[in-house]
Amino acid sequence: MSADAKAQEQPVKRVLQTVGFDARFPNQNQTKHCFQSYIDYHKCINAKGEDFAPCKQFSRAYKSLCPNDWISRFDEQREAGTFPASLEP
Amino acid sequence: MNTVIVLLDAPEPWQIGFQDSATPGFEGIVALHDSILFYLVLILVSVFWILFAIINNFNSTKSGITYKYLNHGTLLELIWTITPALVLIAIAFPSFKLLYTLDEVIDPSLTIKVTGHQWYWSYEYSDMLAENGESIEFESYMVPESDLEEGQLRLLAVDSNLIVPVNTHIRFIVTSTDVIHDFAVPSLGLKIDATPGRLNQTSALIERAGIFYGQCSEICGVWHGFMPIVVEAVEVSDFFAWVDSN
Ligand SMILES: [Cu+2]
Repeated sequence: MSADAKAQEQPVKRVLQTVGFDARFPNQNQTKHCFQSYIDYHKCINAKGEDFAPCKQFSRAYKSLCPNDWISRFDEQREAGTFPASLEP
Repeated sequence: MNTVIVLLDAPEPWQIGFQDSATPGFEGIVALHDSILFYLVLILVSVFWILFAIINNFNSTKSGITYKYLNHGTLLELIWTITPALVLIAIAFPSFKLLYTLDEVIDPSLTIKVTGHQWYWSYEYSDMLAENGESIEFESYMVPESDLEEGQLRLLAVDSNLIVPVNTHIRFIVTSTDVIHDFAVPSLGLKIDATPGRLNQTSALIERAGIFYGQCSEICGVWHGFMPIVVEAVEVSDFFAWVDSN
């Protein structure tokens, strides 16, 4: 049996994971959870650089929670300098 | 995906009872309904008992003993004030308990973003982003009557079902792009407003595979009645197969 076939027989391990409960946002209304995660991510990369691994946590959070429409709108506002919050670290 | 479709979880014409439950949340709702119904029957029987007794015993031809000079009865007033208060408490406590239990989203494994539009729903899965960082996104339109295939339900079938895994804590993030809609699926115990500019959170733990139907439940315009929701719960391995094929 070739290594290739063996690899195919092994079930692929998949992870089902999403952003967990956050005590700052215990409400049904999660709008702030999305917005704050987006801010935290950009503060994080502004301080530590794009490749700083711990920042990934924030980007996973905002990508899981914010509608993609909102994310692209936030991105546009950030580029135009009209994003309504400070992203300085 | 080849799925055998058995329509066990669809509403029936002139249905009065609930649809079969598929989540612990909806089981709690049905149990609360049943226990409130106990008090409802109790009140109904006692009120009509008194009403018919009065009509029967004090009509124009028959006058029983009338308490002509009785215009105040402290004991009677205490009974008819305190008893309804106790009934209200007995209903309120289980109700709040259920309400706050349903509100908890402690440890979800999957987040699905649901967006209402005039007049269709769209869904986004962004937990397992593809290599290029793209999330799974699709729109779900009702199948018009002229396009219905054998076995599809009129006004309920959609062109792309919301595929979800069973036995998984799923978080729904519900919002809208235009007016208020409402994401409701009775069998899953879901009913939550989709409000523009706001993200509402709810959750479901689907305990069996099946196809669950729901409809927009907040009047949102002329085609409000034509933006149904179809949730298709599949085994986790089938869910991953579906994710890979998208
Ligand atoms: Cu509607």
